[in-house]
Amino acid sequence: MTTSPLLDATGVAKNYGAVAALRNASLSVLPGEVHALMGANGAGKSTLVKILTGAVSADSGSILIRGQAHEIRSPAQARRAGLVSVYQEPALIPDLDVASNLRLTRTPVEPFRQWVRELGVPDLDLGETARDVPLAIQRVLDLARALAIEPDVLLLDEMTAALPSDLAEKVLDVVRRQAQAGRSVIFISHRFLEIAALCDRATVLRDGETVGVVDIEPGVEERIVELMLGSRMEKARASAADADDGRQSGTTPRIGVRKLRVGAKLQDVSFDLHNGEVLGIVALEGQGQDQLFGALSGSTRPSGGVIEVDGQAVEFAHPTDAVAAGIAYVPGDRADALLMQQSVHHNIALPFSANPRSWGPIDTGRERDIVRSAIERLQIDTRAQGEVQRLSGGNQQKVTIARWIAADARTILCFDPTRGIDVRTKKEIYQLLRQLAEQGKSILFYTSELEEVQLVCDRVVVIFGGKVVDIMPAGIASEAVLTRASYGLPRDAKPASDTSAVNASDKLGPS
Amino acid sequence: MTAFFRGKGWVTGLFIMLALLLVFTRVIQPNYGANDFGSLVRAVLPFAFAVAAQTVVVIAGGIDLSVASMMALTSVIAAAMMDGATEEFALLVVPFVLLVGLSLGALNGILIVVTRVPDIVVTLAMLFVLQGAALLVLDAPGGSAAEWLKELVVGTASVPGVPEAVTDWIPKGLLLLLVCLGIVWIPLRRSWLGLSIYAIGSNQLAAFRSGVPVARTRIIAYAIGGLFGAMGGLTLTMSTGIGAPIPGPYLLASVASVVLGGVVLGGGRGGLIGPIVAVFILRLVRTDLTLLAIDPNVAAIVEGTIMVVVVMLGAFLAMRGRTQ
Repeated sequence: MTTSPLLDATGVAKNYGAVAALRNASLSVLPGEVHALMGANGAGKSTLVKILTGAVSADSGSILIRGQAHEIRSPAQARRAGLVSVYQEPALIPDLDVASNLRLTRTPVEPFRQWVRELGVPDLDLGETARDVPLAIQRVLDLARALAIEPDVLLLDEMTAALPSDLAEKVLDVVRRQAQAGRSVIFISHRFLEIAALCDRATVLRDGETVGVVDIEPGVEERIVELMLGSRMEKARASAADADDGRQSGTTPRIGVRKLRVGAKLQDVSFDLHNGEVLGIVALEGQGQDQLFGALSGSTRPSGGVIEVDGQAVEFAHPTDAVAAGIAYVPGDRADALLMQQSVHHNIALPFSANPRSWGPIDTGRERDIVRSAIERLQIDTRAQGEVQRLSGGNQQKVTIARWIAADARTILCFDPTRGIDVRTKKEIYQLLRQLAEQGKSILFYTSELEEVQLVCDRVVVIFGGKVVDIMPAGIASEAVLTRASYGLPRDAKPASDTSAVNASDKLGPS
Repeated sequence: MTAFFRGKGWVTGLFIMLALLLVFTRVIQPNYGANDFGSLVRAVLPFAFAVAAQTVVVIAGGIDLSVASMMALTSVIAAAMMDGATEEFALLVVPFVLLVGLSLGALNGILIVVTRVPDIVVTLAMLFVLQGAALLVLDAPGGSAAEWLKELVVGTASVPGVPEAVTDWIPKGLLLLLVCLGIVWIPLRRSWLGLSIYAIGSNQLAAFRSGVPVARTRIIAYAIGGLFGAMGGLTLTMSTGIGAPIPGPYLLASVASVVLGGVVLGGGRGGLIGPIVAVFILRLVRTDLTLLAIDPNVAAIVEGTIMVVVVMLGAFLAMRGRTQ
């Protein structure tokens, strides 16, 4: 095309300290186009969005809107430049009514009303406090508010994620018409179906760089997955030997999850976790994995379905109940689990010494022995044991696991336990989890680093859009296969691709 | 029901409570009259301005521990400047003192925004700084106030055409309070700035994304707090005729009235009328307890209990409204 782009960002880079979140990202959006922005977790997508919307400023690079250079330092400036965003979380001020929210963003009311009606909400009361408006409707209001000021470029971040399907349809429809009117839309979504139906082109980010711009056409999913994975495709490993899905069928599973539902995020999840097994959970961000772990650890109440422990249906009213059933939760953020100012000893002793069901004095001799053996077993570096916050991230994570070993939990729920810790400690944690499994304990292991699945897990459950989309043995769960599955695509690639690695893993597909 | 308690219901409830208390006062002290009401208003004045200062800051999601010191400092500055000066000179003193309050409030805000030290720490530090500064200006109660300023809070308003039986119950101090608060609050409440103050208190990220300049708005909120604080300082000088460098009991009273007045301490919710009515209630309760000849120590316990019970009751009703 010869038309000049409405939005043209080139060479955008951003460092957070020593970490390069973006190296060399570019994004060029033509008038009348719906443009998808894609990338795996950590590819720099959200950093680029933050830069475009003015939440953070880029270290280098240029952003042209309608050919004019703009320095975007705040959402208000982005707006004036003609770029308006609808964020993943609603941006309405919860304590103000809808009308005041419109005044705050200086949005004209009549066009707003029209868009709201068009988006399928006929009876909106502008006097209602935003807090009292259902979440899905709030997102629609956000979109209507953005449309009402007729932006040149509209950026939609996971717009349809929290919407019921009828509203989502309406939204896609409106977006399409927006493009037909000669405006541009940047569309961020994890759903290939939507992207295929809606978008004209896609820009793919990997490791902070734009690695490709592709036209959306039938079969382009494979090409996008390849771009997202890059050289990691070649690491796909062939070990079809242990590809048996039905491990230990027949015995009673340690934990059985049946049609579990939690709120709107987790819709229908069923799987078994057996004794002696490390079961991986893989999902893109925000697919309901947080809710799943919340329900299993007793901190969130499921809205439907059954959780069985050793064949018995249970209802956890409080994390204490889960702990009593021998289920321990190791959260992703170590700060959520540890008493940072307390000693290693105290932290490890907490779950079993401070048992909320027994108020008696603590047997300090026994406590000391148990803690010492746990520390030895995990090779925790105890030089700084006076305060947990002075330990390295890896050692902190070991402490969170050690306390549950000391408390003799039979099941450990690990939520991304290796995020942000050094390679050596990661390896130690892998070994530890494997050892625990060999002793007959069961481990549920959510990870955002797909290569860990084959290092640690026996089987892996893939969740997409709140539902289990695949359960496979770790042997075939290469990064490529998992990436495809986690975007809701069939696990084996179509042979259309020219990369040999894809073909290799292709043969492994048990279809 | 929930919306009712979040909005006008709370304020209506407070007005009813105040009315009942006045009736109760009349019952226990049959000759409680317009004069006594006048002195109640005079006693309430500095409290009311402290409450107004705290309210603006709390709505913006902050807290101002320096409000009582701010009042002490502005009060002694005013008293020291007017000492021995002409009546006309006071016309310059008043705007100057208000400007001092505004700037010191803004300084609070700037320190919080720039240093990123928590508001509670910054304003606590400011509490000591201002207290020291007040003692540097006047090391003992002293100074004086212009006669016309003192007149502003003495006696009742005379409105032509309205019978005296009515105007007897309208002390000048009450009018002064309403005018001073109204001049600042009403335009603020109707402006974009006012919306922004509620927005940053309600949800800072959403406010930022709605295009609100968060840092600037926070500084302005503290500055307005400082302005109200200076008004409070001036009323202290007006009603006593001197300046006292030691801060009065206004800090905790202001927080108490803000809470009782339906402003959520987390920010974003509430208005100015509620806390102002609440401060009247709390002072009147104290008057009643004195009239009943209850030990002042017991009276303090009663006051605290009332506060907790009322706030708990409100939360309970709001919660029931939500589950229905």
